[in-house]
Amino acid sequence: MTKFTKLMGATAAALTMGAAAFAEGHGCTAEGRLSIIGNEFPAIQSVAALAQTCEGLDAEANLTADHQTLNLPGMQGDPAEYTTAIVANSSIVALINEDVVRSLDDLVAEYGADIPTHMQISVDGNVMAIAFMANAQTLVYREDVLEQVGLEIPTSYEEMLTAAAAIREAGIMDSPLGGAYASGWNLAQEFNNMYIGHGGEFFEPGTANVSINNEAGVATLEMMKALSEYMNPDFLTHDSNATSAEWEAGNVALMNMWGSRTGVLMDDEGSAEEVYSNTKVAGPLMVGDSGVPATTLWWDGWTVAKNISDEDAAATFQAMAYGVSPALLNDETMGQAVWLIDGFEPQPINEGVLAAVSAGSKPYPMVPFQGLLHSALGAELADFMQGNESAEQALADVEAAYTAAAVEAGFVTQ
Amino acid sequence: MSTANPRKQPTSLRIILTGFLVLWVIMAAFPFLWTLWGSFKVEGDFFSKANWAFALTGESTRVETGGSFTGDGYYGAWVTEEFGRAVMNTSIVCFCVVTISLTLSTLAGYALSRSTYNYAFWILIAALMFRAMPQITLVSGYLLPFYEWNLWGRLGTTIVVLVAINQPFSLWMMTSFFRNIPKDLDESAMVDGCNRFQAFRHVILPVMWPGVITTGLFSFLLAYNDFPVAAMLLDQENQTMIPKIASFLGTTQTKGNVMFAVAAVVSATAPLFVLILFFQRQIVSGLTAGAVKG
Amino acid sequence: MNHRTFLTFVAPSLLAMLLLIVFPVVSVVLQSFHAQHEQVMEVVETCGPFGCTETTSVNQEQTLALREAQPLGRFVGFENYTNRGHLAFSEMGEAWRTSTGWGDWWSKVMNLPFYSAIVFTLTFTFIVTPLTIVLGFSIAIAVNAASRAIRGPLIFVSLLPFIITPLVGSLVLFWMVDARGVLGHAIQALAGNPELSVKASTPMMWIMLMVYGIWHAAPFAFVVFYAGLQSVSQDADEAAMIDGANRWQRVRFVTIPHIMPLVTFVALIQLMDNFRVFEPLISFSAEAHAQSLSTYIFSDLGGETRLLNSAATTSLLTVVCVGILLFPVLVRTWRDFKRA
Repeated sequence: MTKFTKLMGATAAALTMGAAAFAEGHGCTAEGRLSIIGNEFPAIQSVAALAQTCEGLDAEANLTADHQTLNLPGMQGDPAEYTTAIVANSSIVALINEDVVRSLDDLVAEYGADIPTHMQISVDGNVMAIAFMANAQTLVYREDVLEQVGLEIPTSYEEMLTAAAAIREAGIMDSPLGGAYASGWNLAQEFNNMYIGHGGEFFEPGTANVSINNEAGVATLEMMKALSEYMNPDFLTHDSNATSAEWEAGNVALMNMWGSRTGVLMDDEGSAEEVYSNTKVAGPLMVGDSGVPATTLWWDGWTVAKNISDEDAAATFQAMAYGVSPALLNDETMGQAVWLIDGFEPQPINEGVLAAVSAGSKPYPMVPFQGLLHSALGAELADFMQGNESAEQALADVEAAYTAAAVEAGFVTQ
Repeated sequence: MSTANPRKQPTSLRIILTGFLVLWVIMAAFPFLWTLWGSFKVEGDFFSKANWAFALTGESTRVETGGSFTGDGYYGAWVTEEFGRAVMNTSIVCFCVVTISLTLSTLAGYALSRSTYNYAFWILIAALMFRAMPQITLVSGYLLPFYEWNLWGRLGTTIVVLVAINQPFSLWMMTSFFRNIPKDLDESAMVDGCNRFQAFRHVILPVMWPGVITTGLFSFLLAYNDFPVAAMLLDQENQTMIPKIASFLGTTQTKGNVMFAVAAVVSATAPLFVLILFFQRQIVSGLTAGAVKG
Repeated sequence: MNHRTFLTFVAPSLLAMLLLIVFPVVSVVLQSFHAQHEQVMEVVETCGPFGCTETTSVNQEQTLALREAQPLGRFVGFENYTNRGHLAFSEMGEAWRTSTGWGDWWSKVMNLPFYSAIVFTLTFTFIVTPLTIVLGFSIAIAVNAASRAIRGPLIFVSLLPFIITPLVGSLVLFWMVDARGVLGHAIQALAGNPELSVKASTPMMWIMLMVYGIWHAAPFAFVVFYAGLQSVSQDADEAAMIDGANRWQRVRFVTIPHIMPLVTFVALIQLMDNFRVFEPLISFSAEAHAQSLSTYIFSDLGGETRLLNSAATTSLLTVVCVGILLFPVLVRTWRDFKRA
């Protein structure tokens, strides 16, 4: 019998789902060990819960916000503690770099006939992960406020600035723009979005040498600075949690927000009727004239550990494949994410992410040293945003901080 | 001491002292009262992003739940999220850490206070320097071997780690306490034919309790409030209270249940109230007996 | 006490510290002198739900061979200590050569992450520690002067800031000092500036962090001092009174000397704890305004690619700094020890 690890909140749903699946005769059997490490949010909880219902498994799951610190050491041992890690396109590279996840080619051939190609993540022709959901940051806007100032829905950051000025002018809101500009990961992510939107390239092709101190980089920072003028003065401490809280309090009319977070903004909990009923989602914003949206696409998917027996790997693969099969989708889970699974019916809250995909947005780069640049950006850009130094100086600092880290990590030779 | 006698205090001094005390009591207690009050509201009021006074009046709480107070946070934390399990785990960790840590540091502290060799001094100094090592560095070093030896995720491992990390501080405190217990006491017992252990048991043991209780309180608080060790070394089944509360706060891509966290914080502080009320006399007498020396 | 008995008494404690502190510290020392192997890079095609792209990737086979030859990485000597992320010798040299004045030099130094972290850490330590001691002592005197009946509840309330989890205590305060929170409003009213935001300005953020630090640690100092006051000799105090000493003189010449050893103890513990200040900076999302040595280590360990060597180097530099900071106290302890 499967062992249920406590999966907060999702347990009850999983029980019913499991039962329903068995009743329909779509249950799964897999002999061996399944041990999941992953982040903690409802969509992943649902996948993990369903995977654990497979018969014959010795299953457990450790879903925690610290998964990124734990997955690597937990997969480096032999045998590995975790047989599968649920990762995103940013975090899979750390596992591939350290060679702790296996190529799934054989397993896909044997057990994965039903897994569509678009869910398979391949590196150099080897399938390394199976993606099951997508995410992106797109525009969220207040319909009533835009109507009041008589403006269309912005499609670019330039139009967003115009709208912000008009809203402030009309005296509707002091800080009409929101944004997760908290120094650190969030701020760096906003830089990435905007830099990609300006058509910038992060590295010299084929190398790990950074090159962001250029026209696109400066234009990116200047746009971010211009936007921040219309934000709450505390913007450097506002992560996506705080930004959403500002939204629900009705203080913000336009913001760039994660698709996975729009559901709670549009429900009737936490905000006044005027706010939630007028909260609408649109596609990603453009910036400049590059034609690439200023956002990044993200996927979450699962991998299989290298340092485990082939039997355990097969069992893990089968269970996880079942966890992300169409059997997962029901009324409860349908709205939890933009699933990549066949049979997914988009909900109104998913429009933003789907629009981002169809607008030709770029995925967050799956490059081994992107994480180092992300950290360097997060640490060094705050000085510029506070007006303490020039854009060129800030970008030079980022490059220097990145280079020091990349030399230590062996990506760059001095 | 004469200041203890209120009759001798001139009025001006009394006013200053009382005013200062009132100010301090407000500073110390206000955030707690505020949190306690707010824990019965909904998130919109507790954060009071719209208007700070909502936190008092419960404007959004009335709109969303119909009443000015709601127990939703408590229900969510205790029933939906099974906070009770985390409380259980914390109790186990605290009990074991305090017991083991006190046993080890009492024995070692006694020996260190009675030894006249230089190495006793150097052990104390080395322990102090180890205490300076940031905990996160130590913890990230544990991960790989613990996974390798299949020790990761267990309560036992965390208890041992917390005991070890706590040793330098306990050792210093206990050594100071024992230095204040006159050497003549145990030495005369040894003249009477006891060996070291007997002298420790019959002479020192009965008089050391104030010191032990004070050191125990600090060990308890360390284990109770610990975040970095428990967050990294425990699996979900064995999660303790503080990492559990942190997990309510949400991630970059998803919204958390902040009111669960607030309710849990209030719940987590409640047993400490009881503890302090119960032990406050012992804590103070313990420190008096110790007259801790640097 | 002879060596054998001594060893029996201390063995369990030493063993625990040896296994879980000394060994990790040794590995941290080793790591700080190494860096990761040079990674062999290649360009490959990656495909996913959003199409295919050419990306740079690490060639596993070749990198693996390098790794197996030297599992610790490549030995780099003191390079980790001198690079830009730490002591930044070449950047400091350049700042010295190219600066137009002291202000310019200072802003160049503060632009280096390690130095800006250490400046905040030292400022925090040297402001919070003495103020904690002063506040703790004042509370102790005031509580001691209060009537016996209310002393119990007073002690209880005074201990509150100390017993709350730092992670949560600082988070609650962070919510309260928001520009729209209750304390934020109070500060705006006091300053007469409705636009004032604590979280938006660096000096205000530093002050907030320090106020929190003092608020949190004062009860610890209070408990220790209050206990010390209980044992002030009545005789000495009365003798001073008969000699005509006024109230202040009695505090100055009788009470303070009596609790001086306690002050040393509190100072020692507080210096160390303040030097490792961590939780309030995280809870206050203070990264834009203040970085401490501990948060600097945390950001090295928390990224997508962990920088173990850099974190090890910063940790050891922290220990060295604490050693320098505590040196006077250690000398004093050595004298006490020799006298005992």
